[in-house]
Amino acid sequence: MNIEGPVCPVPLSRYPAIVMAHGGGGRLMRDLIENAFISAFGAVGDRPAHDSAALDLPTARIAFTTDSFVIRPLFFPNADIGELAVYGTVNDLAMGGARPLYLSASFILEEGLPVDTLMRVVQSMSRAAADTGVAIVTGDTKVVEKGRCDGMYITTAGVGSLECVGTIGPAEVREGDTVIVSGDLGRHGIAVMAVREGFAFGTQIVSDCAPLWDPVQALLASGAEVHCLRDLTRGGLASALVEIAESAHIEVTVTEEAIPVADAVRSACEILGYDPLHVANEGRFVAFVRSDHADRAIEALRTCAVSADAVSIGRVTASGEGRVLLRTVGGLRPVDMLSGEQLPRIC
Amino acid sequence: MCLAVPGKVIAIAEPDGADASPLLRTGTVDFGGVTKEVNMAYVPDAKMGDYVVVHVGFAISVMDENEANQVFEYLRQMDEAGDLAPDRSPTA
Amino acid sequence: MRFVDEYRSSADAQRLAARIADVVRSDWTIMEVCGGQTHSIVRFGLDQMLPEQITLVHGPGCPVCVTPLEMIDRAIAIASRPEVIFCSFGDMLRVPGSSQDLMSAKASGADVRMVYSPLDAVELARANPDREVVFFAVGFETTAPANAGAVEMARVQNLRNFSVLVSHVLVPPAITAILSSPDCRVNGFLAAGHVCTITGCLEYEPIAAQYRVPIVVTGFEPVDILQGVLMCVEQLERRRHTVENQYARSVRREGNPAAMAMIGKVMEVTDRTWRGIGAIPMSGLRLRDAYADFDAERKFDVGSITAQESPDCISGLVLQGLKRPNQCAAFGTMCTPEHPLGATMVSSEGACAAYYRYRRTPAAGAAQPTHAGHQP
Repeated sequence: MNIEGPVCPVPLSRYPAIVMAHGGGGRLMRDLIENAFISAFGAVGDRPAHDSAALDLPTARIAFTTDSFVIRPLFFPNADIGELAVYGTVNDLAMGGARPLYLSASFILEEGLPVDTLMRVVQSMSRAAADTGVAIVTGDTKVVEKGRCDGMYITTAGVGSLECVGTIGPAEVREGDTVIVSGDLGRHGIAVMAVREGFAFGTQIVSDCAPLWDPVQALLASGAEVHCLRDLTRGGLASALVEIAESAHIEVTVTEEAIPVADAVRSACEILGYDPLHVANEGRFVAFVRSDHADRAIEALRTCAVSADAVSIGRVTASGEGRVLLRTVGGLRPVDMLSGEQLPRIC
Repeated sequence: MCLAVPGKVIAIAEPDGADASPLLRTGTVDFGGVTKEVNMAYVPDAKMGDYVVVHVGFAISVMDENEANQVFEYLRQMDEAGDLAPDRSPTA
Repeated sequence: MRFVDEYRSSADAQRLAARIADVVRSDWTIMEVCGGQTHSIVRFGLDQMLPEQITLVHGPGCPVCVTPLEMIDRAIAIASRPEVIFCSFGDMLRVPGSSQDLMSAKASGADVRMVYSPLDAVELARANPDREVVFFAVGFETTAPANAGAVEMARVQNLRNFSVLVSHVLVPPAITAILSSPDCRVNGFLAAGHVCTITGCLEYEPIAAQYRVPIVVTGFEPVDILQGVLMCVEQLERRRHTVENQYARSVRREGNPAAMAMIGKVMEVTDRTWRGIGAIPMSGLRLRDAYADFDAERKFDVGSITAQESPDCISGLVLQGLKRPNQCAAFGTMCTPEHPLGATMVSSEGACAAYYRYRRTPAAGAAQPTHAGHQP
């Protein structure tokens, strides 16, 4: 990885690892903030502010979201906790139809964390923010004793401007809506699990971690009537569909054959005994659109690289009881969320 | 117990020496785009290009392609026979 | 994936299901004895395709479900020792012991690691000479050659810090125990294709003859399972009771001699207790005395273990096909996948877990999502 770090003045480089004093509110912490965070995040214009950031917002209605990132390992094929922390919050804003604008970033660092590791993550965040046109404008740093966290935890909160005309959310979903998925499933979950548990796959499966505002923007600009968006994260497609079905009190029927899964991911799932429906993603979303606008929606999504393989996988088949059905070899069967993470099995 | 997946043998490494344990025979198996190192101790006759069934890191059988096709032959006969089930003597 | 996808053809599955409906005349109860087959049936909705006369029952085919409670407690006790790295297949990590499972032991500080293969545990032992690596060797005959091979590998490499906690079980004695029960209503069996890949079909021939039940060695994909059911039904309708091999692409009648040889070298048959069922003589495997140095049960004295099964759990009756999960008083109330009382609710192909996931929403217009072929 080619890290173009800030030119680092001496004080930070005297400490190869994070110590408790870096969170102590004194000179060491000041140095850390200046040299690690401000020089990376401040590049987009205004320097990150001291206590709070004063912002101008282009619209009266805004979207606001927050998320915490505790992933282990910190680095995995194609991405790391920093990118995840930026894209995760950016995507939550995008799923509400909001243009992501500003992020805060709070860090809990474990005593002993190599400063180099922190710098790598911070640089990832800086790049990710630049990619998506958001500014990281404020934040916080705390240090905990060794053993009290897994290297680092990051919490990001985000603000975005609501530019879309209608409301986007489960309550807007209608019977007959087409369900579209923006791309193939399961890459992130398999990639992370492979690294974390040391399951070597000769062909590396890499995370699909990516920002999603561009395809959402294209979708909204196409004029297709978008009723609901949801990014697929933990719990995979199954969790996202079940959550929407239960909050909207609708029945969603999807067809197994239509659900895209890359060959390598499918094979990895077969070997481990995983069902791709439940595997985590980080750069994919589902869209519920008015059925006669589905073609237009898919065409718009396919203009963006991250959603180039967008495809229709099913429809909203009834309203009333919230449930998800899968059309498989033997006909329809219910889909539910799993109670915990899938574990590789031998049975 | 049951989860075993078929893949194609794309490399085999025989152990050195006549006394070497058969457990040291390994191979690389391609499962439709994903490759893994697999222990080949229990498939001494497996060759390059064969398909093997793999369970928890060990190949446990070599896929018999003729028998694999028999299932579809059975289906074809089933269609042709109409009311009569195809005569199946135990193939065990 | 070749040799997988073609056996998932919906059209072929439907043709087989139609054929079964044509052939069947009487009511039959068929038991499959393999967690992998249970999983496939539930995942692909295959039981929905069967005519009403066929009742498909799940037997004790999940080694996770039948591992004795006392063994789980023993595993947790060993894992909790500071010098131990305890390795296990993923399935076992959430199976409840008397008071906790391996996953919560890990949260409390035990070094519990999930592995894909027992060879990974051997490698861990080689790389960590100052730690004791213990591998939880569970499974049916399919996994026995791998576990035996790992022990032999450790011996060949002169590893002193590797041992296995063995809880292997054998299928034919379980089938015999079920058939001997006066409550038995099973008319025919689907035998587990990967177990038979190792053992062959020979052991099942005397069972078929003595109890006069057809036994069809069956694979795991939709086409396999439906063809297996068809072959079983055809035998039943013709009053035949032999062993047939549907999964001949992987199973030879004599099995896998190299694998059987390794099992025989390292392990020997012993009595075993099956969780929920009880003791079945000569139904398990243990390490031979020559491999005593690799036996975690002998190596680690964890004191006496008094295992306490939940009084409300009827896993055993479910495993024998005598009760359905929804006939259990605790089902869905005290016992759910989030807080399971017994193994059949934890394991992803335990009948209770499978039933729980699909019981809630019988789809209007679709077949009932039960594991039987007709209304419960």
